[in-house]
Amino acid sequence: MERHEYDVVVIGAGGAGLRAAIEARQQGKRTAIVCKSLFGKAHTVMAEGGAAAAMGNVNPNDNWMVHFRDTMRGGKFLNNWRMAELHAKEAPDRVWELEAWGALFDRTKDGKISQRNFGGHEYPRLAHVGDRTGLELIRTLQQRVVALQQEDEKLHGDPEAYIKVFAECTITRLLKDGDAIAGAFGYWRETGDFIVFEAPAVVLATGGIGKSYVVTSNSWEYTGDGHALALLAGAKLINMEFIQFHPTGMVWPPSVRGILVTESVRGDGGVLRNSEGRRFMFDYIPDVFKDKYATTEEEADRWYTDQANNRRPPELLPRDEVARAINAEVKAGRGSPQGGVYLDVSTRLPAAEIIKRLPSMHHQFKELADVDITKEPMQVGPTCHYIMGGVEVDADTGAASVPGLFAAGEVSGGMHGSNRLGGNSLSDLLVFGRRAGAGAAAYVDSLTTRPKPTGIEEAKAEALAPLQRTGGENPYEVHHELQRTMNDLVGIIRKAEEMSEALQVIEKLKERAKNCASTGSRIYNPGWHLALDLRNMLLVSECVAKAALMREESRGGHTRDDFPTMSPEWRRKLLVCSATPDGTSITVEEKIQPSMRSDLIRLFERSELEKYLTEEELAEYDAAVKES
Amino acid sequence: MTQTTAESATRKQRAQIRVRTLRTDRWWLAPAFTFAGLLLFLIYGFWAIFDKTYFADPYIAPFTSPCLATSCPEGARFLGLAPFGDWYTLPPGILILGLPGGFRLTCYYYRKAYYRSFWLSPPACAVAEPHGRYTGETRLPLILQNIHRYFFYFAVIVGLILTYDAVLALVHKPAGLGTWILVVNAALILCYTFGCHSCRHITAGRLNHFSKHPLRYRWWTLVSRLNARHQQFAWASLFSVMIADLYVRLVAKGVINFPFA
Amino acid sequence: MGYKAKFRVWRGEGGEGRLEDFTVEVNEGEVVLDVIHRLQATQAPDLAVRWNCKAGKCGSCSMEINGKPRLGCMTRMSTFDEDETITVTPLRTFPVIKDLVTDVSFNYRKAREIPSFTPPADVKPGEYRMQQVDVERSQEFRKCIECFLCQNVCHVIRDHEENKPNFAGPRYLMRIAELDMHPYDVADRKELAQEVHGLGYCNITKCCTEVCPEHIKITDNALIPMKERVVDKKYDPLVWLGSKIFKRQR
Repeated sequence: MERHEYDVVVIGAGGAGLRAAIEARQQGKRTAIVCKSLFGKAHTVMAEGGAAAAMGNVNPNDNWMVHFRDTMRGGKFLNNWRMAELHAKEAPDRVWELEAWGALFDRTKDGKISQRNFGGHEYPRLAHVGDRTGLELIRTLQQRVVALQQEDEKLHGDPEAYIKVFAECTITRLLKDGDAIAGAFGYWRETGDFIVFEAPAVVLATGGIGKSYVVTSNSWEYTGDGHALALLAGAKLINMEFIQFHPTGMVWPPSVRGILVTESVRGDGGVLRNSEGRRFMFDYIPDVFKDKYATTEEEADRWYTDQANNRRPPELLPRDEVARAINAEVKAGRGSPQGGVYLDVSTRLPAAEIIKRLPSMHHQFKELADVDITKEPMQVGPTCHYIMGGVEVDADTGAASVPGLFAAGEVSGGMHGSNRLGGNSLSDLLVFGRRAGAGAAAYVDSLTTRPKPTGIEEAKAEALAPLQRTGGENPYEVHHELQRTMNDLVGIIRKAEEMSEALQVIEKLKERAKNCASTGSRIYNPGWHLALDLRNMLLVSECVAKAALMREESRGGHTRDDFPTMSPEWRRKLLVCSATPDGTSITVEEKIQPSMRSDLIRLFERSELEKYLTEEELAEYDAAVKES
Repeated sequence: MTQTTAESATRKQRAQIRVRTLRTDRWWLAPAFTFAGLLLFLIYGFWAIFDKTYFADPYIAPFTSPCLATSCPEGARFLGLAPFGDWYTLPPGILILGLPGGFRLTCYYYRKAYYRSFWLSPPACAVAEPHGRYTGETRLPLILQNIHRYFFYFAVIVGLILTYDAVLALVHKPAGLGTWILVVNAALILCYTFGCHSCRHITAGRLNHFSKHPLRYRWWTLVSRLNARHQQFAWASLFSVMIADLYVRLVAKGVINFPFA
Repeated sequence: MGYKAKFRVWRGEGGEGRLEDFTVEVNEGEVVLDVIHRLQATQAPDLAVRWNCKAGKCGSCSMEINGKPRLGCMTRMSTFDEDETITVTPLRTFPVIKDLVTDVSFNYRKAREIPSFTPPADVKPGEYRMQQVDVERSQEFRKCIECFLCQNVCHVIRDHEENKPNFAGPRYLMRIAELDMHPYDVADRKELAQEVHGLGYCNITKCCTEVCPEHIKITDNALIPMKERVVDKKYDPLVWLGSKIFKRQR
């Protein structure tokens, strides 16, 4: 069996993974990047809008404190405040660094990085390149890895001496030595041969879980691998009930259902209308946002040209609000023929301007749906987009509770609270990717002996099992049923009975997954790969459903039909999932979230905090204010 | 898939598909048309060089302009000049045809056109070429394609002379159909010439900071706009120059003799 | 709405293989990749195909459809007649791993041969000032999703395996152009483009531009301008003379 020894193994080559690997290598660690796709194809390329960073290039009033406030507000105060703080403070440096590595962002008149408006951000804040910012980010990081390899080639004669990419390679188990991480086990997709990494530190950067849903903007890779690997290695997941449904996914044609329509369409003037032609978002402005959003179409339209004196249009409310509003309009029978609502930019901007500002959207609709967005409205509806929950990590180092395990990006939890603001994910990747890489490097330095991996034979047997069964179930069937179940029963609007039903179905599916068989050889066999991914999707789905059933309130990406309001009591509680090592049972426990540091909480007005905090917490706030 | 791992030789093979292409559309149509169009031009050009009836006052056939030999009739001589003296007895067109000819021969668009249609390298995208070896423009003679910009400089001069011819015709015989043919031809030739990739490079393409050279950037954007239609102008001007040339010769021969010719 | 389509898919491992016939259901609005997936789910579970975003943004599902290099996810079934047999084969220029999946490592090796972005040593992150007009040319090239269709279609290597060591292919020649036009890049890439990466092999027959799913004008905006820059450096006697005189004056 192929074996490699590294200091740090990074699983996932999206933005977070690459940034972590770059950092680990820059700190002198021998680093492996393992990814399921080709190098440079990660899901990060799908991010369109931009990377949020309070550089203040467009509006000089912007700074990290405003960004921090926006992030906490967007997450309905459930965020890990330390992460939100670090994120807001460090994002500008991370964006500037990309520029020094060759990224070419759009510019302002005075030659700085241009920034655009986005839902939930008070000022124009998103560094962007047209509507393909994610591609720019991934390409820049990819090219940075190549640059480091060229350096190593000059120094050591081998470009892969210190950083090597293992592309199209899937990790199925983390290996441990006692309590600590000791490596990872996986297979080459291309050959089906197994591979073992011996490494004291593993950084998970595997992204999300969208493939457990039917309608999703996520690609096939998003099977919750990192979440499941962490669970099986003994780490904990938090906030798993919070899933962001992006309000605007394509709804037609069926084959592209769920694919993202960027929020920039709304930021640049696009409006949402129902089948009666009404701009319905004005009917859905929640109380907590009443004073920040325009109440008339006239004021909203003025905002695009004069942002200082007008409130922003309600189309730019945080994503959860817009998704719920669209859902409600469709349920009330005011949807479009294919079950969405209309997003119209054609009547709002001249055609040339649309093509200039939204080139990939124009291209996407033209090529995939045969719709010319400069002439007709798009049909859009909510799509499963992002999971706020993930591995519970230390804010400063990205360390999980298992020694040697780190996580960054979508697979980690806490940063975004109950709802992520658009644009905060790209900056999250950079800030916490770097921190996890540095954390892993420091951890490796602190070790006196290197761990020896155990459990390789068991991992091998587990991976081979689907190929050795004959006449078992088709994994595609099980996958489809899981997707339908999650979509219908643990979707945007949730009810206790439905979630209990979902849990029963998942129990049955777990049994069926154990009997899945894959025909064919080990060489690039997608049926086999899916059979192995099923374990992860089922584990994660169970966490989502169990946590969602427990949280009896509605907040951000978790809406309960039977508990429609936010509860200050629940705000203090995080739901923590853990699993038995064999993955057969998941437990969810409540945990009290630590109070915000006093200098941070004082950044908010009392009137705002009253909507979120308990009386007891408000008393703490008052004391903090008095003290200063 | 990794980036460098040495892999066993048996696996390092392309898919063995023995047909030249699996394209089902009529991919041969475009190279066939290009071949026919260029061949027509070559045949016509060969005939025109040796045809002596190139002047019908005030029209001069574009293939023979500027007319610089002593054999040129008085009124046909460019600015009245005959710099070559009596020893030169070959057709006057030969003296100058190399310049616009060379410009088109080394033009980035025509290169594509004849590499595809004459040399079949490749005849169409994803259709295998019939040659065993290929070195492109890395060595003689094709490395000479790189002097395209010098042909461009001369082509500008020729283009301006053709414009001058058209203006002369406008001044002398404003209502003749031939005048307008010459004017349209001159305009298309200029659009083709100034849309040249070398011209685009010379105006500002070679710069890395457009913002520091606003005027040159303006030119560059204009040239870029013409350049986007370089192929169309290449064909339009190819036919316009043939039509104009033939028209003048037919007038000179008396074949066309209606009023306002 | 739906109909049965006739598909011929190349199947095999390591070069050896054959075209296999399938009859498969097609529904309204589907693309070729959907149909391949249906084949996987219903008739050939081990049919290998590389894909990822399914929205034309990642450039994974490159294949040849009726002989034309295309992205499977961006080829709508409505562009074919219902009674047409659709032939799907792997990229021809690269070694095949299995079925529609090819080994594209050639491209990653070439990527590593191109010297990286080289900014001046004294500019710190955050100090970059660039005008929009100065970055627009390179931005166009950075739209590239690395689907490698241009690399696959380019006859220089498609028809001549022996040229692979000396030719970087359109994608990476465009990368050189991108860096050469970058307002802050100080490396000189012209000599390298010509001598090492084989810009001279390009005979500008524009197939790279024709197949580019991002509609990047690779030939007109990257390769030809790069060729002209090389002429400045290597083949233009006047420019050469001018630079000598200019240098002496300074």
